[in-house]
Amino acid sequence: MYNPQLTKDGKLKHLLTIEGLPRAILNQILDTAESFVGVAEREVKKVPLLRGKTVCNIFFENSTRTRTTFEIAAKRLSADVINLNVNTSSQSKGETILDTVDNLTAMHADMFVVRHAESGAAHFIAKHVAPHIHVINAGDGRHAHPTQGLLDVFTIRRYKPEMHNLRVALVGDVLHSRVARSEIHALTTLGVPEVRVIAPKTLLPQDVEKLGVQVYHDMNTGLKDVDVIMMLRLQNERMSGALLPSAQEYYKCYGLTPEKLALAKPDAIVLHPGPMNRGVEIDSAVADGKQSVILPQVTYGIAVRMAVMSILAGNSE
Amino acid sequence: MTTLLNPQQLPDAESLLSILANELITYLKPNTAIVGIHSGGAWIAEQLTPLLRQSSPEHDLTLGVLDSSFYRDDYNQRGLHAETRPSQIPFDVEGKHILLIDDVFYTGRTIRAAMNELFDYGRPASITLAVLVNRGGRELPICPQIAALELEVPQHQKLQLSRDGNNRLHFTLEENA
Repeated sequence: MYNPQLTKDGKLKHLLTIEGLPRAILNQILDTAESFVGVAEREVKKVPLLRGKTVCNIFFENSTRTRTTFEIAAKRLSADVINLNVNTSSQSKGETILDTVDNLTAMHADMFVVRHAESGAAHFIAKHVAPHIHVINAGDGRHAHPTQGLLDVFTIRRYKPEMHNLRVALVGDVLHSRVARSEIHALTTLGVPEVRVIAPKTLLPQDVEKLGVQVYHDMNTGLKDVDVIMMLRLQNERMSGALLPSAQEYYKCYGLTPEKLALAKPDAIVLHPGPMNRGVEIDSAVADGKQSVILPQVTYGIAVRMAVMSILAGNSE
Repeated sequence: MTTLLNPQQLPDAESLLSILANELITYLKPNTAIVGIHSGGAWIAEQLTPLLRQSSPEHDLTLGVLDSSFYRDDYNQRGLHAETRPSQIPFDVEGKHILLIDDVFYTGRTIRAAMNELFDYGRPASITLAVLVNRGGRELPICPQIAALELEVPQHQKLQLSRDGNNRLHFTLEENA
């Protein structure tokens, strides 16, 4: 089947979504990231792989953390990095996405890291660019955020190496979450046997079971004996709609407190993609507690993005 | 230098390893570390370390492993190596005498990559390159100080080190694709 992310001989050229990628490619990314973890601990935290290459972070939607980790990752690979916050620049003057991309291509960019509020934006750009250019989706609408999904499974693998033996629960707003979709595809592709989603009906997509997950609406049953809890961010704007009664009500039912965490296995780990709403989806005692791996996620995010960039940049047609 | 053409003339890796160990003893001094290049060089370094420690326990020899995939000069042609392994340098490279170990010395490009990586850990006092076989064909002004065997291998063939289930090392001869 044609996959726009792959070269003719099946190598990863763009990273747009985890859905449909073979397990071998995910493992190659995770294994390569393992090598990059050590680079950050050295005297010189750089390798020369992308020397002379230019990486453009095009953010049509703001995200300080994601942009910063992509920037650090590219710089540690010795690339030159240009950051564009397009909503504050030319698009407000009426330029189209493709004009923006064409202009950057004319400046000899080699890789685009794209964040956009519309699903499919990164695909659209990948279809348009010249063959030597690589595109990484850094989040498109509700669709996908593949590097976040990869860094989450990388973090899980570091703490719980036996992926084929895990019970993982995703908690919160799956409906609006590109992170959740990428996490689910990464977990199921890597052979995690039991992936649960725990959320109120109003925050689950229709037919979510088709993604290969088990659905729970109650934390008390859903968290029982899980090895990994992946919290999702509750976006404040959902509160104003009819989907939820109030932040307090949500916290009562779906907020991760020490009492609810105790239902999981004693050595369970807690992840959150950030930024956290303390006191809404997660209690501070959990976020800062012993079982939290939220800050390691950020650290590993750099290694995983270095792995993705260096694999893509080496795979040209 | 003799020329290798058929698999019956393959050198015995284990006896070359003993030769290498004997030669390396004279290079041991305080503040020395042994670094094997992934994967063949790492296997050799792993086996050399206890032998060298035994002969000079006073030098407190430490062991490291390098995978120079991130420093290779063929990245733009061939992409990132499919199987990278983390480098492990569990000591301070600054001021160390490094015994750099590889299985087969050929073009010198792997050694260049490995040395570049090593310098990103610190400035070593010296680097000595030791290999089991120097097969000829170098393309850079880099050359091993110690080679247990000088053996010319034709360009179309590849001399490959492998390790069996009993941790014993063997050479095989492969035709290049």
